[in-house]
Amino acid sequence: MLELRDLAVAYGGVLAVRGVSLRVEAGSIATVIGANGAGKSTLLNAIMGILPSRGHIVFSASSLEGLPVEARVAAGLGLVPEKRELFSSMSVEDNLRLGAFLRRKEGRGAIAASLDEVFGLFPRLRERRRQLAGTLSGGERQMLAMGRALMGRPKLLMLDEPSLGLAPLIVRDIFEIIASMKRAHVAILLVEQNARAALQIADLGYVMENGTIVLEGSCEALRSDPRVVETYLGIAHA
Amino acid sequence: MDPSIFLILVQDGLTSGAIYALLALSLVLVFTVTRVIFIPQGEFVAFGALTMATLEAGEFPRTAIMLLGLGIAAAIAGYLAERRVITKRRLAWLIAETLLLPAVIFVLALWLAPRKPGLLPEMLLALAIVTPMGPYIHRIAFRPLAEASTLVLLIAAVGVHLTLTGFGLVFFGAEGSRTTSFASGSLALGPVMVTGQSLFVLGASIALAFMLYLVFELSLIGKALKGTAVNRLGARLVGIEPSLCGRIAFGVAAFIGALSGLLIGPITTVYYDSGFLIGLKGFVAAIVAGLVSYPAAAAAALAIGIMESLASFSASAFKEVIVFTAIIPVLLWRSLVHTRLGEE
Repeated sequence: MLELRDLAVAYGGVLAVRGVSLRVEAGSIATVIGANGAGKSTLLNAIMGILPSRGHIVFSASSLEGLPVEARVAAGLGLVPEKRELFSSMSVEDNLRLGAFLRRKEGRGAIAASLDEVFGLFPRLRERRRQLAGTLSGGERQMLAMGRALMGRPKLLMLDEPSLGLAPLIVRDIFEIIASMKRAHVAILLVEQNARAALQIADLGYVMENGTIVLEGSCEALRSDPRVVETYLGIAHA
Repeated sequence: MDPSIFLILVQDGLTSGAIYALLALSLVLVFTVTRVIFIPQGEFVAFGALTMATLEAGEFPRTAIMLLGLGIAAAIAGYLAERRVITKRRLAWLIAETLLLPAVIFVLALWLAPRKPGLLPEMLLALAIVTPMGPYIHRIAFRPLAEASTLVLLIAAVGVHLTLTGFGLVFFGAEGSRTTSFASGSLALGPVMVTGQSLFVLGASIALAFMLYLVFELSLIGKALKGTAVNRLGARLVGIEPSLCGRIAFGVAAFIGALSGLLIGPITTVYYDSGFLIGLKGFVAAIVAGLVSYPAAAAAALAIGIMESLASFSASAFKEVIVFTAIIPVLLWRSLVHTRLGEE
């Protein structure tokens, strides 16, 4: 589905990401875990085309080289960014409807069906559909950002720190929903500092440090890898 | 100043205020969507009025040549911007939009102009000649600068303004023109005679403002423009192209400008460079509204129209000074209320 080969991203003169190769298979969840500043968000922004990069990004068997953000969205990539980037002075429903902007020719029925699907996943959004996005709580904003991305029917959804700043109970809900999206055949690339939660739902894991992948493998293997346990999971819970 | 003179002045002020309001609305639209402070807005007013005057005289409007030239330049700029990722479909669209459309309008103008087809077809033709210039100018001058700072965009806008004014002088000469009134007759409202033309201007402005409101609140493309204005990255992440929104905003601005030109053509004599002062007053109103609020911009524009009209009666030599000085207390107040003006 998605394959990165030797990707490098530079901020000014500094290489924030270098030599990254990874794969996300169709219908699976891959996760990139790592500390703050390891280059995880930079990686996602480069895949999305928000940041320029060198190396190869192949998505659904075609190269994304040179394509602007909008064209990558049209190709089936979706990103829920760390800062959510919602339309704060517009209603929840308008945010969701704009999420299906590229599907506008599919007709009202198809869009309404997607809207119902999203409201089914996030009942809170249905209650607040007339409310302005800027007035939502942190958890609701994350739900809206995910819902908006899902409205575009992405083949691969990239989630940047979906647990950031959320209460543990809401984090659990959000991760359950992420796991359920896999059942809906959406491939997921999940970037997280919350390594325990991420490794629980993902199939394939990558550990990123200082801009490169230092460790990769199935999530079961990573969960018991002593280096991961010590650095990211904490010994008490191992 | 007795009450009846006062009422006449207010009527005049409301009429020009309505035009300033339309311009202010389009300035707010262009700024929120593209961050461009659209100085050349006034040129569309002059082009609209003068193209109409040429058509009324049964002559070929040379703005149609300019449209053709801008279209070709826009085609080149559009191709250069997208050459590496362009698809056949997009190329076809680009050719249709930038080459075919102006060619059709050009031929239509060539054929229609000497026939003097009457008021309404002439107005539609004038609008058709001026409106596409907006999107073309966006492709040529502003799309390559999409990531630039507001200041760079402002300087580019000044450049476009100077260029267009120059072309205006070439096309229309230094003579002013006035078009025939399209709403004759007048209405007695108590002590005041309200002319049909001012009623028409007011009615058309209100109708257009209401139409804009409907488009923005109800249509998906309107919401896309609003979304781009609120959060550019968010808009790109749902697949909305900022450059498409920019072209639409510029098109709306050019349309409103040209229409304003048609509306004021019968009221005042319009010269090739008249647009600048008219646009600047719309700009003052937009600034009063912080370049973001539509209702505030419209209200401020009406106030400016009335103020200008009263000033032209009691201190005509200072009328522009008074209008433009009025912006200072407003800016002071704004900077006191909003201590930090974040760049959106």
